Amino acid sequence: MRMEHTPPPFFKRGPAPLVRLFFFASLSVALLVIDARFRYAEGLRSSLALIAYPLQKLATAPFQIGDSLGDYFTSTAALREENERLKAKALSYSQDAQRYHAAEVEAAQLRRLVGAAERVEVRAAPAEVLYAGRDPYSHKIFIDRGAQHGIRAGSPVADENGVVGQVTRVHPLLSEVTLLTDQDQAIPVQVVRNGLRAVAFGGGPSGMLELRFMAANAEIQNGDRLVTSGIDGTYPPGLPVALVERIERDAEHSFARVVCKPAAGVDRGRFVLVLTNESKTPPRPDETQAGKDRRGDKTRRSRSKEQAKDAAAREGKDDGSR
Amino acid sequence: MGPDSPQHILRPVRVGTIFLSFVGALVLNFLPWQDLRLVPDFVALTLCFWCIRQPRLVGLGVAWTLGLLTDAGNGVLLGQHALAYSVLAFLALWLSRRVLWFGNAQQALHVAALLLVAQGVELLVRIGAGAAFPGWAVLVGPLLGAALWAPLSWVLLIPQRRLEREQML
Repeated sequence: MRMEHTPPPFFKRGPAPLVRLFFFASLSVALLVIDARFRYAEGLRSSLALIAYPLQKLATAPFQIGDSLGDYFTSTAALREENERLKAKALSYSQDAQRYHAAEVEAAQLRRLVGAAERVEVRAAPAEVLYAGRDPYSHKIFIDRGAQHGIRAGSPVADENGVVGQVTRVHPLLSEVTLLTDQDQAIPVQVVRNGLRAVAFGGGPSGMLELRFMAANAEIQNGDRLVTSGIDGTYPPGLPVALVERIERDAEHSFARVVCKPAAGVDRGRFVLVLTNESKTPPRPDETQAGKDRRGDKTRRSRSKEQAKDAAAREGKDDGSR
Repeated sequence: MGPDSPQHILRPVRVGTIFLSFVGALVLNFLPWQDLRLVPDFVALTLCFWCIRQPRLVGLGVAWTLGLLTDAGNGVLLGQHALAYSVLAFLALWLSRRVLWFGNAQQALHVAALLLVAQGVELLVRIGAGAAFPGWAVLVGPLLGAALWAPLSWVLLIPQRRLEREQML
């Protein structure tokens, strides 16, 4: 019993709470099904995300201000030291870059020689990580580039050490990146040492990657580096993905379980690159090949029938003319 | 008269206060936390508070809207938090006549049960949608939230408290 200053409205209380619960619960469940199964709710989600955006900005602002203040007060000595370190790094990188350019030119020539499709250069757009998604069931981050900046769903995201994940949803001002460690994320990889191809799946809460369905005698060992193989046409080939950390070979199973540690700072770091890989991959073959073949047979058969008919008609004509 | 002890007669609540408290809770939820399982859900806690204190002003509609905003902002399944918050608001409304008669500790126990139910609904939805169980650490968030109940009540009631002088009159 509380002190109310307005007289309690005795008769207008709207529908009973249980009825209301039923209404809102069924509305939520309907939304859940629409979102999970059919993905029809993207428009609603985008507009809601736009409403939530200022709040998110507000929440992350103190940290960004703190960072910039910290930058402002770094001592000159630290800056000079960092400058020298960076110069040394740049020097070593420039060597690598020169060698890379030479190799690229050579590779392009060879490819032209072979007649392969020329690979379109990968463009990279830098983005800042706004915050990690507040969802313990999946591994996602949000970056401050969206549809307005030309980000498209499906683009791979990397940092300076390797692949971080993939853009899975694009809002007007920000987009959602699913990390490699997410349970539903898979990436085609290749062992650098011997070119063995595999698919790495996210390990979920463990923060690791996993190669599933590798034959127990597959040639892979601890410390092997995995890079993207690029055969899916989504990830550009040759980006570092992970390092093999542990291989579990169990006599009971015919498959080995290979656990790898992501190369990139998947859940660390503040800046990432969104890559747009516009390679011209040939169109995928149709999935319903069996049915089409049958139809093809039919047309071929009917065509042969028609030919037979034509021939018969011609013969008939010939007979008539004779 | 009232269930609060010591007995104070509170000012009537302003709708602006409720709105601002929800904005604040959303901002707290959107902070870049390290491990999300260990962080209490501030929106759920604030919702619980207002459903118990002002069952005529805050109810299922508010809960559902907040849930939808949270879903979109976090990029999770649309409707997950909406469902959990609706259930939470319903239970809080149901218990609203009872909870305030208890002391702070028992109130916190009630709230712990409510928050655990809300977390359970989210867990069921996600596991139903094919996610893996994120570990027992998911229980820490609701329990921490319940531990924050007393300080949160104190803070949220500040705008409604009268000055000492007014109390004497």
